[in-house]
Amino acid sequence: MLQPEKPVAEKPRARLNLLGWGPLMGLILLCIAATLLNPSFLSLDNLFNVLTRTAFTGIIAVGMTFVIISGGIDLSVGSMAALIAGTMILAMNALEPRLGGGTLTVLVGMLLAVGLGALFGLLHGLTITKGRIEPFIVTLGTLGIFRAFLTYLSQGGAITLEQSLSDHYSPVYYGAFLGVPVPIWVFLAVALLGGLVLNRTRFGRYVQAIGSNEQVARYAAIKVDNIKILTYVILGVCVAVATILYVPRLGSATPSTGLLWELETIAAVIIGGTSLRGGSGRITGTVIGAILLSTIGNVLNLTSIISVYLNAAVQGIVIIIVAFLQRGRR
Amino acid sequence: MRGLLRGLVMIGALLMMAAFAQNKVVMGVSIPAADHGWTAGIVYWANQTKGELEKKYPGIQVIVKTAKDAAEQANQIQDLVTVNKINTLVILPYESAPLTKPVAAAKAKGVFVTVVDRGLTDPGAQDAYVAGDNPGLGRVSAEYVAKQLGGKGNIVVLRGIPTVIDNQRYDAFMEVMKKYPNIKVLDQKYANWNRDDGFKVMQDFLTRFKQIDAVWAQDDDIAVGVLRAMDEAKRTDIKFVLGGAGMKEMIKKVMDGDKLITADVTYPPRMIQDAMMLTAEARVTGKPMKTPTIIPSVLVTKENAKDYYFPDSPF
Repeated sequence: MLQPEKPVAEKPRARLNLLGWGPLMGLILLCIAATLLNPSFLSLDNLFNVLTRTAFTGIIAVGMTFVIISGGIDLSVGSMAALIAGTMILAMNALEPRLGGGTLTVLVGMLLAVGLGALFGLLHGLTITKGRIEPFIVTLGTLGIFRAFLTYLSQGGAITLEQSLSDHYSPVYYGAFLGVPVPIWVFLAVALLGGLVLNRTRFGRYVQAIGSNEQVARYAAIKVDNIKILTYVILGVCVAVATILYVPRLGSATPSTGLLWELETIAAVIIGGTSLRGGSGRITGTVIGAILLSTIGNVLNLTSIISVYLNAAVQGIVIIIVAFLQRGRR
Repeated sequence: MRGLLRGLVMIGALLMMAAFAQNKVVMGVSIPAADHGWTAGIVYWANQTKGELEKKYPGIQVIVKTAKDAAEQANQIQDLVTVNKINTLVILPYESAPLTKPVAAAKAKGVFVTVVDRGLTDPGAQDAYVAGDNPGLGRVSAEYVAKQLGGKGNIVVLRGIPTVIDNQRYDAFMEVMKKYPNIKVLDQKYANWNRDDGFKVMQDFLTRFKQIDAVWAQDDDIAVGVLRAMDEAKRTDIKFVLGGAGMKEMIKKVMDGDKLITADVTYPPRMIQDAMMLTAEARVTGKPMKTPTIIPSVLVTKENAKDYYFPDSPF
């Protein structure tokens, strides 16, 4: 944000630009390696599989980018997605006899999901700003609360969508537009919108200003609390959108729904070059980070040269290498 | 077998009526919280059995406690012993190693201990052991797969979480497969006993292998994801998918003659009921309890599916 003195700025900046490509370079290298190991990696079907899978965590990661840039964090996104999925399914099942098993019920379910996401985000924002509790603690608390409520609603088992609704709803995940699966379009739209808001609006600049220096932002008459609350609401809505895409995939929510999504999304944001301390970040980086993470899992499934016992180690190594490629940004 | 067991329980009940008052059994039941389908089944059957036992043996007191991790379970055992004054403990340990000492401490205080499913590292800490048959699940599954394929074909295997349970199942499965050199196990990957990972792993298997004859998903939750992935890819080469554990949705499919889910292999959460029943009987009658009691993993097909279908259970 602040302009450093000219002579000092010259060199690091050139370096910075190059390093900004770290995640993309990592992704390209990974794709080359994957194709060498198994040529079917590059098949259109497989690429669509990977991108469709990425859509859930990718969409949430876009929202998470705003929260992290503003200096916050949200650990509850996976549990939140699970609870929204469960509530949404229960509501649609309950409405089915009245509204019929068609598109109307599904639309009401989607609206409910978005409403819940916004509400949860609002609650987070209010507790963090007005209640002055660390976001880490607030969302660690709700991480447990959301998942416990889902487990309670499902009695530990699965909440399953009625068959007729499932049939009407499944195109949202399994359908395609111009040959490209719907979740990929939604992911793209959310990412573009996110990039636009972050870089081309006053709100986006405020978010970055607050993350760089909250005190200065306050002196600049930015309504810090409101902006912060809004970032959590945006994230909540992103979680809801991801859930809307997730539910038709299996037509059910279980206590393992959305497990560890918080780590995956936060990792995607950080790999993408956003500072965990806030202040700066890029949506494109986040998108690449998210794709990179799910590609690793895909590549490991497509080969058997590495023992299955070592899968997690490979993931860890790739993440660290990519982080290394874009080091020195702080 | 179950009829016999019920009969024994009835006799036990009558005997107990006579001996009532001098032998009050306070039974603590410590189990993992319902965090996935199978443990949900455990919680359901434990509570169900609590009611049945209290009806059958007036005077018996059954306390069911669920724990979200090993540490919480260890504390619960202490509380059950000191606060609730239990003299009988039926425990399904979260993990074997960290719970061995706490259970041993309870036993040292004179509590009769029945361990269910996951054995303790020191068998001296338990009086009786009731368990499912993990190698049996692998064996029965492998025999079914081999028979259905006529001893020839390509299969993929989706495993659970890297644990002893998973290894026992997988090793027993592969042991049987050695007898069928014409069945090729294309690959095996962990799907962590959940639907989403089952979906992902199966998608990638479908990308990688153009000809698959059968899928051993080992677990019914994984099988749910597998079926979705196959459906999406519109693959017709796969003849059947074999899950495991006995989830009600899958048993229903078997019962209804589903094309892909032709059978299931049980690993019943209902084993907690057997453990509680047998323990109560032994405690009330004072007779020794047969140990170890192994609850066999059986093959469920269309013919016998209705005996394994419990629509009220969450699993």
